[in-house]
Amino acid sequence: MEQLPKWADLIVVPLVGLILAFILSMLMVLATGHDPLDALKLMVSGALGSTYGWGYTLYYATNFIFTGLAVAVAFHASLFNIGGEGQAALGGLGVALVCLFIPWPHWTIALLAATAAAGIFGALWALIPAYLQAKRGSHIVITTIMFNFIAASLLNYVLVNQLRPKGAMDPATAKFPKPSHLPSLGEILNSVGIPFAKGTPANVTLLVALAACVFVYYLIWRTRLGYQLRAFGKSQPAAVYAGINPVKITIITMMISGALAGLMAINNVMGEAERLILGSVEGAGFIGIAVALMGRSHPIGILFSALLFGALYQGGAELGLWTSIPRELVIVIQALVILFTGALDNMVRLMVAKVLVRPKRAEA
Amino acid sequence: MDYLTLLQILDSALRLATPLLFACLAGLFSERAGIFDIGLEGKMLMAAFFSAATAYSTGSVWLGLLAGIAGSMVLSGIHGLASITFRGNQLISGVAINFLASGLTVLIGLSWFKLGGQTPSLSGDARFQGIDLPFAEAAMSVPLIGPLYAEVLSGHTLLVYVALLCVPATWYILYRTRFGLRLRAVGENPAAVDTAGISVVGLRYAAVAICGVLCGLAGAYLATGLGASFVKEMTAGRGYIALAALIFAKWRPWYALSATLLFGLLEAVSNRYPSLDLGFITLPSQFMQALPYILTVVILAGFVGKATPPRAGGQPYVKER
Repeated sequence: MEQLPKWADLIVVPLVGLILAFILSMLMVLATGHDPLDALKLMVSGALGSTYGWGYTLYYATNFIFTGLAVAVAFHASLFNIGGEGQAALGGLGVALVCLFIPWPHWTIALLAATAAAGIFGALWALIPAYLQAKRGSHIVITTIMFNFIAASLLNYVLVNQLRPKGAMDPATAKFPKPSHLPSLGEILNSVGIPFAKGTPANVTLLVALAACVFVYYLIWRTRLGYQLRAFGKSQPAAVYAGINPVKITIITMMISGALAGLMAINNVMGEAERLILGSVEGAGFIGIAVALMGRSHPIGILFSALLFGALYQGGAELGLWTSIPRELVIVIQALVILFTGALDNMVRLMVAKVLVRPKRAEA
Repeated sequence: MDYLTLLQILDSALRLATPLLFACLAGLFSERAGIFDIGLEGKMLMAAFFSAATAYSTGSVWLGLLAGIAGSMVLSGIHGLASITFRGNQLISGVAINFLASGLTVLIGLSWFKLGGQTPSLSGDARFQGIDLPFAEAAMSVPLIGPLYAEVLSGHTLLVYVALLCVPATWYILYRTRFGLRLRAVGENPAAVDTAGISVVGLRYAAVAICGVLCGLAGAYLATGLGASFVKEMTAGRGYIALAALIFAKWRPWYALSATLLFGLLEAVSNRYPSLDLGFITLPSQFMQALPYILTVVILAGFVGKATPPRAGGQPYVKER
């Protein structure tokens, strides 16, 4: 296959994949008897046209940054962590325990404790699949899928039988005490005089997510561990030959990945719902796959694709609200993005190569 | 628990095992040929939708069955294109297929029926009806075995018997035909198959196509046999349980039958007894739901009999390296 220049590989190929995904989705909108341009306009204005829209877009994007980074870190070591959903759910349990049972004096301390709890719970939930992959050779994809289901059952049990307040019907914990309330983006921006819609769920966790991006960048490209991790991902025999311990790398990588997925919980559990509800992850763990693929497993790419998916989610919700197009359209777009930027990546690359590489040869 | 209750549980276990068995055999064909398929769930869902939608519109369950298989085959085609022709990541392709099915069925369902993503309920010829096996009535009078025959084995829809027949058929195809030998070889060592002048791509597409047909049957059974309409996300993780059963069965057809029957039994028991009192400990319903997955992890960990997948599974075949 022809070698593409690096910029084309990193930017043009995923963009073309994205455009293909959008064209197909819009054709489906057309086929179901709606105007695709109207739908697109509504989605864009609903997600980005007001600070209210931005408040939701950024909230979703925060979730997706965490889960996207989680998938990306594992990708760098050639591990496919499909268990972000379960790890984020367990992270939620960690956050809930910390917020419910310890009276925090101030939200900053609560945030630190919740971050630690979410990370540890997520990492531990990834530990067993990681150990089984490293030591017993069980396929990480299958075990992490199984662990998603086990996590769902576990959470169901804990919420229904243990944490549900007496007399409550829905499987959820009690509301967290007031001091653990995280300031929302609206509250922060309004206090410095920038008008921003109140009552939107975007909150201070966004800054934690940005910090996580920087952390992952340094980890992967600026530390010895990151080097070992990438070497292990490129070629396991070569890494082992160079003295890298495959068991250690697999377990550490998966635990970092699980911790990142778990961190999502401080956004959706502590920041938004302020209590733990059943199914609070809402598929964000899986969207992380699309985000990581689209962002080429680089923190900057992930930042942008998380923003894109955040906007898609908010736009899709608006569509579901104002038109008869269901918000499931977003799932279709998400599926097509995964398909074109992930599974059919080689096809898109071939198409781009035909356009980019051939004419250059003719000149030479 | 009396004998009749036991029979009822076994009867429902057989019903619930049927879609798992179809999907498990589907995965077996695909993975034995070296194509990992975590998109079983999506294909079943797609088939369930198109079979219910077509059966409702035409009033014929047979046309519904065909449409269901067609829907599942389209997704199989995408999986083949991505993982065989363009040598993409088979797992990522499977994930994409699951989401595609989950989104498309609701999108199309809403636009066709406007029932919040469901199809109208099916009745009469738009559903598979139960078949009474010969002498079922007469057998009732025979003690013990008679009711077992009449209650558990008789009275199911055609697809249940087809699923059971698929087990020996799969065994025969895989272990007693030339095609089966080649199919297994292509999952273990595709280069050797290629050297023998047999098309790796052709074989793998054939395996993926068979997988599509079987997933189609699984989905059609869900919507027109077990249930009486399509409901949003009605597969509810059955594709993943089938995947678990496949590992449990160590990629072998007869083991697949026992694994899916076991998982069917687990589901039947947890449907009947939401929390199971074993005398010394009460198992919560959530534990029963998680049990198939826990068992699979234990099997995968290799503590109870090692499960070794086909050697070339998941790797795209590149000619002339």
